[in-house]
Amino acid sequence: MTNGWIDIKNTDMMMIMGGNPAENHPCGFKWAIEAKRDRNAKLIVVDPRFTRTASTADLFLQIRAGTDIAFLGGLINYALENNRIAKEYLINYTNAPFLIQEGFKLPEDGLYSGFDEATKTYDKATWNYQPGGEVSGKVAEGDPLAAAAPPTLPPNVAYDLMLQHPRCVLQLLKKHYSRYTPEVVERITGIPRAQFLKAADLFTSVRKDGDLKKVATIIYAVGWTQHTFGTQIIRTAAMLQLLMGNIGRTGGGVNALRGHSNIQGATDMAGIFDNLPGYLKVPVPADSDLAAYLKRITPTSSKPGPWDSFNYWSNTPKFAVSFLKAMYGDAATKQNDFAFHYLPKIDRNYSWVEIWDNMYRGSIKGMLAFGMNGVMIGPDQQKNIDALKKADWLVVGEIYPDETSEFWRAPGITADEMKKINTTVYRLPCAGFAEKDGSMTNSARWLQWKNAAVPPPGEARLDQDIVAQIFLRVRDLYRKEGGKFPDPILNLTWPYIDPEHPALSDLAKEINGKAVADITDPATKQTIRAGQQLPGFAFLRDDGSTSCGNWIYSGCWTEAGPQLARRGTEDPSGLGIYPNWAWSWPANRRVLYNRASCDPAGKPWDPDRRQIWWDEDSHKWIGNDVPDFKPDSNPKDHMGPFIMNPEGVGRIFGPLAAFADGPFPEYYEPIESPIANPLHPNQSSNPVVKKFNTPMDKYGTIEQGFTVVCTTYRLTEHYHYWTKNNPMNVQLIPEPFIEIPVELADEMGIRGAQKIKVTSARGTYIAKAFVTRRIKPMTIDGKKVYQIGLPIHQGFRGIQEDAEKDARTPANLLTPTVYDPNAYTPEFKGFLVKVEKA
Amino acid sequence: METSRRDFLKVATFGGAATTVFGFDLRPAYAQLRELKIARATETRSTCPYCSVSCGVIIYTLGDKAKNVTPQVIHVEGDPDHPINRGTLCPKGASLEQDILNDRRLLRPQVRRPGATDWQDISWDDALNETARWVKMTRDDTFVAKDAQGHTVNRCEGIAWTGGCTDTNEFNYLVVKTMRSLGVCYLENQARV
Amino acid sequence: MSQATLEIRRISGHAGSVPGAGLRREFEVCKLIDTTTCIGCKACEVACLEWNGLTFSETTFNNSYQTMPETQWNYWNLIKFNEHERDDGTLQLLMRKDQCMHCEEPGCLAACPADGAIVQYVNGIVDFQQDHCIGCGYCMTGCPFNIPKFSPTARKVFKCTLCVDRVTQGLEPACIKSCPTGCLHFGTKPEMKALAETRAAQLRQESGFAHAGVYDPAGIAGTHVIYVLHDATNPEAYGGLPNDPRIPWTVKLWKTPLKWIGNLAIVAGLVGVVGHYLRFGPKLPPEEEERP
Repeated sequence: MTNGWIDIKNTDMMMIMGGNPAENHPCGFKWAIEAKRDRNAKLIVVDPRFTRTASTADLFLQIRAGTDIAFLGGLINYALENNRIAKEYLINYTNAPFLIQEGFKLPEDGLYSGFDEATKTYDKATWNYQPGGEVSGKVAEGDPLAAAAPPTLPPNVAYDLMLQHPRCVLQLLKKHYSRYTPEVVERITGIPRAQFLKAADLFTSVRKDGDLKKVATIIYAVGWTQHTFGTQIIRTAAMLQLLMGNIGRTGGGVNALRGHSNIQGATDMAGIFDNLPGYLKVPVPADSDLAAYLKRITPTSSKPGPWDSFNYWSNTPKFAVSFLKAMYGDAATKQNDFAFHYLPKIDRNYSWVEIWDNMYRGSIKGMLAFGMNGVMIGPDQQKNIDALKKADWLVVGEIYPDETSEFWRAPGITADEMKKINTTVYRLPCAGFAEKDGSMTNSARWLQWKNAAVPPPGEARLDQDIVAQIFLRVRDLYRKEGGKFPDPILNLTWPYIDPEHPALSDLAKEINGKAVADITDPATKQTIRAGQQLPGFAFLRDDGSTSCGNWIYSGCWTEAGPQLARRGTEDPSGLGIYPNWAWSWPANRRVLYNRASCDPAGKPWDPDRRQIWWDEDSHKWIGNDVPDFKPDSNPKDHMGPFIMNPEGVGRIFGPLAAFADGPFPEYYEPIESPIANPLHPNQSSNPVVKKFNTPMDKYGTIEQGFTVVCTTYRLTEHYHYWTKNNPMNVQLIPEPFIEIPVELADEMGIRGAQKIKVTSARGTYIAKAFVTRRIKPMTIDGKKVYQIGLPIHQGFRGIQEDAEKDARTPANLLTPTVYDPNAYTPEFKGFLVKVEKA
Repeated sequence: METSRRDFLKVATFGGAATTVFGFDLRPAYAQLRELKIARATETRSTCPYCSVSCGVIIYTLGDKAKNVTPQVIHVEGDPDHPINRGTLCPKGASLEQDILNDRRLLRPQVRRPGATDWQDISWDDALNETARWVKMTRDDTFVAKDAQGHTVNRCEGIAWTGGCTDTNEFNYLVVKTMRSLGVCYLENQARV
Repeated sequence: MSQATLEIRRISGHAGSVPGAGLRREFEVCKLIDTTTCIGCKACEVACLEWNGLTFSETTFNNSYQTMPETQWNYWNLIKFNEHERDDGTLQLLMRKDQCMHCEEPGCLAACPADGAIVQYVNGIVDFQQDHCIGCGYCMTGCPFNIPKFSPTARKVFKCTLCVDRVTQGLEPACIKSCPTGCLHFGTKPEMKALAETRAAQLRQESGFAHAGVYDPAGIAGTHVIYVLHDATNPEAYGGLPNDPRIPWTVKLWKTPLKWIGNLAIVAGLVGVVGHYLRFGPKLPPEEEERP
């Protein structure tokens, strides 16, 4: 979330799409209801089904699953056509005036310039800004530099403050989305033109006559991410919000709900292959030493000459070196590049779907799965089970018997077949949430400490103890027996009082970071003594005098104590900022990019909802929130509010390697789709998406009889694959079902609660039919198309499953192995099936 | 109309007499006493482990943390101080008591040997030692120090780690520390999917 | 403050006065349910089951998110789901939390023959006292909302207590506390009524629900659970909320005129007995008894 849960109450307009917060985040959704109740804010819900969120909406539109870019592109077109944009914001805070190089081509035929058919990738050299200065003559300044080498952004960007140049970002954007007319939107999404226009008018009404006082928010979840163009859907929303001047503002933003208690924290902490903690990029083989690595990952600013860009990522070396110090302590010295080569170098995709594919192909021999039910999570369960059969060993840490630890006795595997499965499986009983302390980060970026209430039951152990105990045993083996490159294992810092039971509070302090030697802040003259906790990331150094496990979390546990455990309930501004409750990264900021909540002169766009503002007297940015900005940057210097971008401004155009599949989002059909893309039938789906080619990887077509669009989702009564073990939740929804339109049921001669069978190219799912008027048949590109939906909560181990009260067919028997080329998230929504009587 | 104590007594007496005369049940019709079950329980502030709203919850346990008590969860309720949920909970959060007190919980380490058709119990020591042995063996077998171009890569290609959605930040950090040091590249989490 | 000292206003099956009546001041409590902001999440159902320690029910899926047709003796709080198409063709998913309405004139209490099995406190809560309940089930016929349910195992009748144990300790009921959207609200009756009317006016003026209104039925002198409905002219659409609930005439007839006729008959009998005694004296045994 750019903003936060409570901040939703400050909005005037909400669009919820690709998310169903009333069901999946009920306690956060209260703030949407609050906005309706207290401000008469309007709520637009766009979803393949009339959900429980939709039941509270002012306007509901039923969309075909996976066509969100067409809808949002249509909104961009509408906003531009009807002048419902924030022009001053656009010129000053986005790259709308920037000029793009000659040779850049828009994807009228479905392909941007630079596509290589053989590798299915783009050469992105033309996706770049043109170097130079102002071109319209409005402010003649800046010296034309020699063209920078293509892979980097030019330091002095050419721009047009009149936004008229045919190659300026705004004009390209206009041209690109002029194709997304209401008629095209209707053909693709199935939303009738009149309804689309009603929604477009309502949503953009906050910018009627260019007034910037009102604000709109966009709220989404995995309904947007789980597509082969998921990142680009979210980007389209972000672009729309930039266009309308809604980012950085109280009650605005693009707000990812996120589905689990700490996947925000897991992402921040880099529990994913392509990052190191704090969004540092992982090293690649070509990073021959630390200097080369830091040069590659540290951006240099790229902006119009007269403007200023903070380019906060220019501090990357401080973050990276401090991380290496936290990892390897005294073994990380200037002489050995701070043990840079202890880190593995990665040159290909090691993401979730690839794990299972590579294990299926035999290259992964062992897996540790802690609190992660891999057989149920991720597409194509059968492929995952067959992959595990080929592994040598599997260690599962869990609190309940799960499908992953019992893959070897999944339904359909006979005793004879079991005897041929040679995988050794350990199942270790872990601690539940109430038995552990530690912090979790919510989607509003709040780190909150929790306390343990009871000890783990039976012989169950704390997860951190188990990992520590495994690691220390491995280290002992290397110490005694030697082995391949033992240095990083032997030199990993392990300063925990009881090594086999590392205290999470000690780990939290290590994450926050401390001074290794005495350091003095040049600005404030504040000195931090060696061994003291750092007050925040501004104190980090790249010379080895600080250590910090995750720079964005620096400030969470200072000398003043655990900031993440604070419980201050005061909210002086009344905006729901609660600055003294827990701790929010970065630097306890609650709304990101909040400099953009003010006009270029530093005055809030809306004086009634002031996040921060420029104080002429103290020559500082002050306010209700912590400024997400250089605190003493005078508005006259025109520093861009988007300090994490080298441009200093928001990216309407995503230059160079920012995205794998294009600098503007283009509409592509899902991998399995009932029609050819009306925009470019010959390039129907995302050109850079990789299809897998083991015998397990099958993709269905309408010609094979898979004519129904299917989507998957959660119910409010259950939590993922967890509460099927909880009798309370099981009685709320005791068995799986498939939501189908009344018309489809009539056609099939099916009544509600009768068993039906859904088949995709990969597998079959059996459950009772939920015949409903909440999903209506759609007209897609002139064809009648049915959509159905199924909740994902049941598997083959659970209260009802063990009693054999359902078919024990998990939903991911159906979903395809294919993922988004930017975020590598699988496409769980909008695949093709057929529906039959069971 | 004001009723004096004297009047009240009169009325009560008359009422009592009347009921006596009419021969009805004379038991006093008082409400049954119901005590608040959490009145003296221990409160522990925690965070709901389910979605990303991160509602504050209060876990009520039996006993006052005295030495001779084994705490048992008796109730879970929303934390009214928490700025986001303000004491509210959804049906998942409201059922957390049943997640903590659940007879399906795993209580002992188990192993399923190659070709076996069932679990068998294993001691913690054996499970951890065997796991450590597997990790070392697999790492040594699949470690790549340099790639085809001669670049240092120092990675272990044969082990994958998949982490869960409820892992704390500190646990995730411990995983990054240990797994990256082992050279693990297949490091993924619920955050991806 | 213990509940035993709560002031009682009405007692079932109880003749004469209410012990301790009129001793203490007490405000009337009220639960406000705004169906227009209910998201059908069932948090209130779970909070009710958890707080009251009710046992788990065997349920089945029957073409609805609602997995049982009505409240049960061990399931006091049930959201009723109804797909409803409006005149303009737009769809509504109407969700209404169904539970005891805590009527100002409770039909259950009127129908109950067991002394003290049902009491109404001055704060408006109608509470069943299972140790006085004789399991006759008359309360079930007396209730216009089909709420009290008979437990075949306990052989008693149960229903929502409005968490009287919490309320007497100064806490809100469990369902109220859990409700994520605040569609449930708790306070005094006048305040909840005002809040409900304000919300209904907002729905009429801002959200296009011309018939939005408050459900606080007069036929039973109002309730201590009131609803805001998108369409107050059609409460039946919300899972059969009665348009004009009243205490069944059979209960009224039986409990008022018939009861007093019965009482008069008893008094007449007593008077006759006394008169007979005064006039004829005690009946003495025959002086000579036959001995076998």
